[in-house]
Amino acid sequence: MAEGIKNKVAIIGMGCTKFGELWDKGPEDLMIDAYKEAIEDAGIEKKDIQAAWFGTHFEEHSVGKGATSLSTTLKLPFIPVTRVENFCATGSEALRGAAYAVAAGAYDIALALGVEKLKDTGYGGLPGGQNLMGTKFRLIGPNMTAPGSFAMMATRYFAQYGLSPEEGKNMLAKVSAKSHHNGSLNAKAHLRREVSVEQIMNAPIIAWPLGLFDCCGVSDGSAAAIVTRADMAEKFRPDPVYIKALQIALSSGEEMMYTNWDGAHVETTTRAAARAYEEAGIKNPREEISMAEVHDCFSITEAVTMEDLQFSPRGRVREDIDAGRFNLDGEQPIQTDGGLKCFGHPIGASGLRMMYEMYKQLQGKAGERQVKNPKFGVTHNLGGFPAMNVISMFIVGL
Amino acid sequence: MAGITSYGAYIPRYRIDHNTIFSAVGFLGTFPAPGEKAVANWDEDTLSMAVAAAIDCLSGIDRQKMDGLYFGTTTQPYMVRQNSAIVAAVLDLQPNIRTADFVGSTKSGTGALLAALDAVKGGDATNVLVCASDCRAGKPGGPQEHLYGDGAAALLVGNDGVVATLEGHYSVSYDFPDRWKSTGERFEHAWEDRFIRDSGFSKIIPEAISGLLKKYNLTIQDFAKVVYPCLYPREHAAIAKRLGADPSQIQESMLATVGDTGSASPLMMLVAALEDAKPGDKILVASFGNGSDALFFQATDGIAKVGARRGIKNSLANKKELASYEKYLAFRSLAPMELGMRGEESAATSMSLLFRERKTVLALCGSKCKRCGTPQYPYQRICVNPDCGAVDEMEDYPFSDKKGILFTYTGDNLAASIDPPAIYGLVDFEGGGRFWFDFTDSDLESVKVGLPVEMTFRRRYLDEARGVHGYFWKATPVRA
Repeated sequence: MAEGIKNKVAIIGMGCTKFGELWDKGPEDLMIDAYKEAIEDAGIEKKDIQAAWFGTHFEEHSVGKGATSLSTTLKLPFIPVTRVENFCATGSEALRGAAYAVAAGAYDIALALGVEKLKDTGYGGLPGGQNLMGTKFRLIGPNMTAPGSFAMMATRYFAQYGLSPEEGKNMLAKVSAKSHHNGSLNAKAHLRREVSVEQIMNAPIIAWPLGLFDCCGVSDGSAAAIVTRADMAEKFRPDPVYIKALQIALSSGEEMMYTNWDGAHVETTTRAAARAYEEAGIKNPREEISMAEVHDCFSITEAVTMEDLQFSPRGRVREDIDAGRFNLDGEQPIQTDGGLKCFGHPIGASGLRMMYEMYKQLQGKAGERQVKNPKFGVTHNLGGFPAMNVISMFIVGL
Repeated sequence: MAGITSYGAYIPRYRIDHNTIFSAVGFLGTFPAPGEKAVANWDEDTLSMAVAAAIDCLSGIDRQKMDGLYFGTTTQPYMVRQNSAIVAAVLDLQPNIRTADFVGSTKSGTGALLAALDAVKGGDATNVLVCASDCRAGKPGGPQEHLYGDGAAALLVGNDGVVATLEGHYSVSYDFPDRWKSTGERFEHAWEDRFIRDSGFSKIIPEAISGLLKKYNLTIQDFAKVVYPCLYPREHAAIAKRLGADPSQIQESMLATVGDTGSASPLMMLVAALEDAKPGDKILVASFGNGSDALFFQATDGIAKVGARRGIKNSLANKKELASYEKYLAFRSLAPMELGMRGEESAATSMSLLFRERKTVLALCGSKCKRCGTPQYPYQRICVNPDCGAVDEMEDYPFSDKKGILFTYTGDNLAASIDPPAIYGLVDFEGGGRFWFDFTDSDLESVKVGLPVEMTFRRRYLDEARGVHGYFWKATPVRA
């Protein structure tokens, strides 16, 4: 009988660069900066790392395929290094590889590092990625971008729950306004400006009904984690953070090709969350989860994720948003670091960046963004499109 | 007896007023006659319009019965890679058929029609589909710009269920150099209009028609309708007078509504004549281009039994004004458009993949699970129904003829598009099946969740560096 990963793996060190349009930093600089902070935080040396997992998504625009870019940049001494890629959930996939390797007893200490250099393309938004979904899909898929694919979920959500465009956009604007506030308090965040609900609602449309401020930053950055076996963790520090659950789920194809999906939620999140709560022994996520960093690539994604994670009842997240439940001073703060929206979204790093915030919050080191006495934190990292995607979810606690 | 057994037509939705063009650029030494012309959308071309006309023509007809497809045009997208074979693949016709392109002259449409009639008369074929389509652009500011319109016609030729029998034909051929275009050139060259009018239309068309009348010992008064193209509206009427025909016998030229559609012109007018024909009516159709083919048909009792067609009448009525000349230039690739660096990224089209997946890509054919009955696109070997999951129990299932409803959508300003915002969405098909599709012939304001949609075959991209015209299907609001 499979036992799951609860309390088998601890995170003992983390690093995260500033995210943003870092014209003067290459991917190698970003990797080194995240790595340095992580090993210093863990109090270990390079020779202590026995294996590494490396996540990057748009490799053709920066470091290329394989994992030698990490091993040669860090001068890792001939240890096993694996490159992973799982759409925008790539960073979580790197951490997952390292965590399971440690849980399996194969290694004592492993490094997970994610990096993305997005701002060497020459244009705004994500790279086109014509073959993102394969050579066949390129011939039959629509002329679609990331904002457009998630905008279709907003259209669907508004239709399903009877929200006028005005009501729907107002709900989403509050999601983004909250993250802009949190981002303004975070020195490492890409976007550090407070923005009003009115500004957000009146911004230019990127993909109807989503406007500019409904979309996350396209950023450069890197984040890293050092993991070890739970029974060794306290040798390194008094406050290691333990993995309580780790689940991922991928689309079966039925959302896109069958007609039972309602288009107003993400099925993979719903499934993975239920499994994660069971693994961690959480009965009432709305009450027991103190805080979360979710994949708010777009405002609508965060809104439906609140329902998929069972923080809000189906179709009723608007009430919780209106009540300020997810604000920094609310009952269940979300995106305390600004989220993808304002911290930014260097794809391969994002899952690890989410964990960086949960890790710091659990250790009480989040400064003016500190959540009071957090017990459990969730990271939720989504890759792909609402109709076809991967989500990766961690529950962590002390 | 060989003849026409079905007909169909296609006119693109957009129309631009001659004055919109004139006020933007003027014309070299000429003034436009009042009227408008049909403009293919940016994702349409000669081939996609031919497909649309063919689908109209084959409505309610078993496509497996086709044993030939002939395509007449002067603007075929491919010089090498047979355009008629692509149309046949899109229509998912059987492979054991004869396909041929008839090109190089505006009489290519009647040439294709005569060849099909010959094949049926000779007993080599029983059902041959004939498509004629043209999408010609004149140089901005030149006379062809407003004279040339875009459109297509399709006729099914056979000997069973004939709605108009072929009673005779007569052809003349001249190396009449009114217009010409060499390999690699985008635009036609033309000699002086007076020469084209006086030595061309007004001599050659009467010669072909008179030859036919003499050959079959007929007079012009024997015909209910006389069909012929002419670039010049006044000369079109003058030819009737020269033939001794009453103006009521002359099929309307569509010069003020569609424009001259080149090789499609005589066949589109023939379709319009057939739409109004009564049993027993004799119809004479003559083309023009390096000579003329004149054909003589007689409508049978079956003419009243042709099922509902979009044809010319409905296509004419379904229109949207293109009020901007600049949009017209963009649609027809007459101005270099900035698509951004994202739009410039162009991966090669894998031809081996395209051939392997030709039913999926060109024919929009998916699969249907024989165990649970679930339709799915693209073709799946393992059933997508989570309660079924049958392996390798699939049969082909066409989606191209299925209507659907719009499940959700967006209008995307970030996606590189000639006509932003790029509209796309998820379509739920009647009878089952769901997939993502681009939208076309639509605007964001009129798109709603639950909108009834149908599928239309379009050119998705033009990879100029590699000479590839990439085609696929899009969703569009259901047209009348």
